[in-house]
Amino acid sequence: MESIGVLMTCPPPDPYLVEQLEKRFTLFKFHSIPDKAHFLNSNKASIRAVVGNASAGADAQLIHQLPNLEIVSSFSVGLDKIDLAKCRERGIRVTNTPDVLTDDVADLAIGLMLAVLRRLCQSDRYVRSGQWKRGDFKLTTKFTGKSVGIIGLGRIGLAIAKRAEAFSCPISYHTRTEKSDVKYKYYPSVVELAANCQILVVACALTEETRHIINREVINALGPKGVLINIGRGPHVDEPELVSALVEGRLGGAGLDVFQDEPNVPEELFGLENVVLLPHVGSGTMETRKEMADLVVGNLEAHFLNKPLLTPVL
Amino acid sequence: MQTDTNMCVLLKYITWQNRHGFAEECLVSIKRKGKKNPLLSRASVLKMAVSTDCHKAQQDFPKVLILKPISFIAHVGEQHYASNKFTFLKAYDSSLPLHQFLSTHSPSIKAILASVGTPITADILQLLPEVGVVVTTSVGLNQVDLPECRRRGIKVANAGSVFSDDVADFAVGLLIDVLRKVSASDGYVRKGLWATKGDYPLGSKLGGKRIGIVGLGNIGFAVAKRLEAFGCGISYNSRKRKPHVSYPFYESVCELAANCDVLVICCELTDQTRHMINKEVLSALGKQGVIVNIGRGAIINEKEMVQCLVQGEIAGAGLDVFENEPDVPVELFAMDNVVLSPHVAVFTPESFLDLRDLVMGNLEAFFSNKPLLSEYGD
Repeated sequence: MESIGVLMTCPPPDPYLVEQLEKRFTLFKFHSIPDKAHFLNSNKASIRAVVGNASAGADAQLIHQLPNLEIVSSFSVGLDKIDLAKCRERGIRVTNTPDVLTDDVADLAIGLMLAVLRRLCQSDRYVRSGQWKRGDFKLTTKFTGKSVGIIGLGRIGLAIAKRAEAFSCPISYHTRTEKSDVKYKYYPSVVELAANCQILVVACALTEETRHIINREVINALGPKGVLINIGRGPHVDEPELVSALVEGRLGGAGLDVFQDEPNVPEELFGLENVVLLPHVGSGTMETRKEMADLVVGNLEAHFLNKPLLTPVL
Repeated sequence: MQTDTNMCVLLKYITWQNRHGFAEECLVSIKRKGKKNPLLSRASVLKMAVSTDCHKAQQDFPKVLILKPISFIAHVGEQHYASNKFTFLKAYDSSLPLHQFLSTHSPSIKAILASVGTPITADILQLLPEVGVVVTTSVGLNQVDLPECRRRGIKVANAGSVFSDDVADFAVGLLIDVLRKVSASDGYVRKGLWATKGDYPLGSKLGGKRIGIVGLGNIGFAVAKRLEAFGCGISYNSRKRKPHVSYPFYESVCELAANCDVLVICCELTDQTRHMINKEVLSALGKQGVIVNIGRGAIINEKEMVQCLVQGEIAGAGLDVFENEPDVPVELFAMDNVVLSPHVAVFTPESFLDLRDLVMGNLEAFFSNKPLLSEYGD
């Protein structure tokens, strides 16, 4: 299979993934190629697969420039960087990495809730800067029993609910349609959900419909004591609105793993003590990244050996 | 006219009493005085009441002794610790030597409110023959001479489970922070390094980790219940095996450490647990192991733990307590696999007010001859 060209469109996310791909295929790292247009012209014939992730995948323009593209294998569960309609049109297979990262992302969502409510990062800085010698830290606020509202009750949303229940948090949710087999309280709109919970979590896929699902109205409904947790995608949130709400105190706090324009984070947030800012580490454990890489490689191998794909989307 | 004056005085009196919630006691006291000496006119009874009884009322109240300042009271404000059945007597406000202070006030001291740092020894109890109850703001009772209390028939009430949720939450928060590098990567982002230096190093998955709980009391149980929801396996070591618990029990902390990936210290500090977590236990925990301490600093041999961290003998630590607070070993400041907090596991208004309700509830129950809310019984 060494002659099969695989184009990695994102900055290499993981050394193990790169190593495993280079063992089996001819891997092109698009991100570090200076003259991309020239490169594509010269190599388009050999490129039969694309590997992407949350930062870059395969948009319509790229797909158009790759006449022999057969499969897009994403190092993520999110598919927002892939033009699925175009893939469907061309008969291009698409795979992602569901299930293997569900636990890590859900763990991090709870970790963010605890870090924001109990001011873990501030506490750690308080000790390291020597301030504890001058006096006690302040009171924060209890996490157990706070109501948690989840947008999107897929694998990750359900995993978050299960964990939050262990802290006696009442769970409510919003999805496009109410789920009949679920015991949590349903709200038909995000605004209503935000108005009726203390911690709001974004756990849905990013699509045309869910872009800016967290807007000014939702933020105001969540309110000065409310906390927003985003482990979805940056564009789920109207970022300038979020920033001004946090700075003005109209929103109580936020735990954010994703941003509109990663790795750039609005600097107004750096001085706030009621936010926790993470560099998109939702699936960022050694154990999970290896499983994700194995899925990406496994899917590509299956395709080129004419075997059933492991985790197909298309 | 005399009746009017009487009425004015009586009304002023009752208003003062109502404002301070002592109406009932004082009115009873007036009636009693009037009955004892029928020759006293009503007016003089009332005047006496206004000038002496009311002012004395508070002085007559039974006293609850506090030996050292209690931070839980300071944080919420003394107005939240007020009662119409008793008053607090602060030994630390007096310039008298303690023994003299106690001897002077002993007839009126009916109860003691103690925090974790205030030893209630047989010596102190000996000076207080009227004490009927010791109420603590701590869950642990290591500072109280329990056998002496038992001998004297003194009831003991602790903080029950008011702190369990907050402390358990904090333990889980510290653990996720250490494994997933939450505080470290938050700092990384705030310094603008994500844009310039790239992705932060990977963390370690929580799911599937084997958790060893040291001390399976209310707090230990609350930690276990939470971590089970993350797909963790639970085992424990305690003074005694717990009969109705399905988690595997290990006879020694060392054995527990050898069979788990994370140790969470949830026990009390006693002579037996002091420096119980030492180099041997940490070596058994191993190079991938993580320790979380929300108990007391001295349960861990701090010097040996720091050395283990420096030498990579364990993978990380989440620490809310230290041997000599607020001093923290400086070697820890340079480590990003360590999360530090300034003894704040119970620092929420909810916990502080729940404690206030429990402490005041226990004391008021005692002074009303009702069962205590959180009586400690072997």
